Amino acid sequence: MLNLIVFWTCALVAVAAAIRVITIRNPISCVLHLIVTLVALAILFLQLSAEFVALLQVIIYAGAIMVLFLFIVMLLNLKRDEFGPNPLKGIRLLGAILGASFLAELLVIIAGAEAQLDPVGAGFGSVQSIGFALFGEYLFAFELTSLLLLGAALAAIVVARPRALHQTEAQ
Amino acid sequence: MLPVPLEHYLVVAAILFILGVVGVMVRRNAIVTLMSIELMLNAANLLLVVFARVHNDVGGQVMVFFVLTVAAAEAAVGLAILVAVYRRKGSIDVDGLNILKG
Repeated sequence: MLNLIVFWTCALVAVAAAIRVITIRNPISCVLHLIVTLVALAILFLQLSAEFVALLQVIIYAGAIMVLFLFIVMLLNLKRDEFGPNPLKGIRLLGAILGASFLAELLVIIAGAEAQLDPVGAGFGSVQSIGFALFGEYLFAFELTSLLLLGAALAAIVVARPRALHQTEAQ
Repeated sequence: MLPVPLEHYLVVAAILFILGVVGVMVRRNAIVTLMSIELMLNAANLLLVVFARVHNDVGGQVMVFFVLTVAAAEAAVGLAILVAVYRRKGSIDVDGLNILKG
């Protein structure tokens, strides 16, 4: 019973906050609502015996990535955006209709699901078991992610460089 | 304790994914578009965790780790592009980004 109460609370909070993310106009509120969604999802992860993933979700997603978003929203002065008449009238209605039909398709597929959530042994999803998988079976992929992050960091620095810097280098 | 049925998790993941898709379609603010993409990635993460549990295989949770890395890289590069666009145009309205139009 407790499981179901926790699930419904987190699921409703996550979905409600996600709806707010795509409907609010103020980008800062969007970021904060997205953080609420992420934390609610982290609790769902805990419920699915994925402790380490829940931890990563809170620390990296809600902590680091969302703070980066918040920084950018505050760095760029976005007050003027998205106010005034929308040149694409009816796009919200179109989006809602397309989304609803896509959701209906997915629900039809889900209705055919047959798998069960069986209880798993203790230690499933612990830091130890993830560590063994990460540094054993998935070692090569793990090393490649470091390259990915290095590339992303370099790309971000190069792309966001001030224009004056480009000109001094060109001379 | 009564376990939560599998379908419940799948429906939540589907709804979150759809909300992300609709957000990408209807929003004009590029930052909110990026946030909608994060929503979709999170729906995928939820599914990965659920099916890691179903198959009793921790590999699914390792995949969440990789998705997290990709999301971090995507956010960094995407936001850097937005900063560059804002410098050039003074706005990040995606409807105004037609500089590549022939």
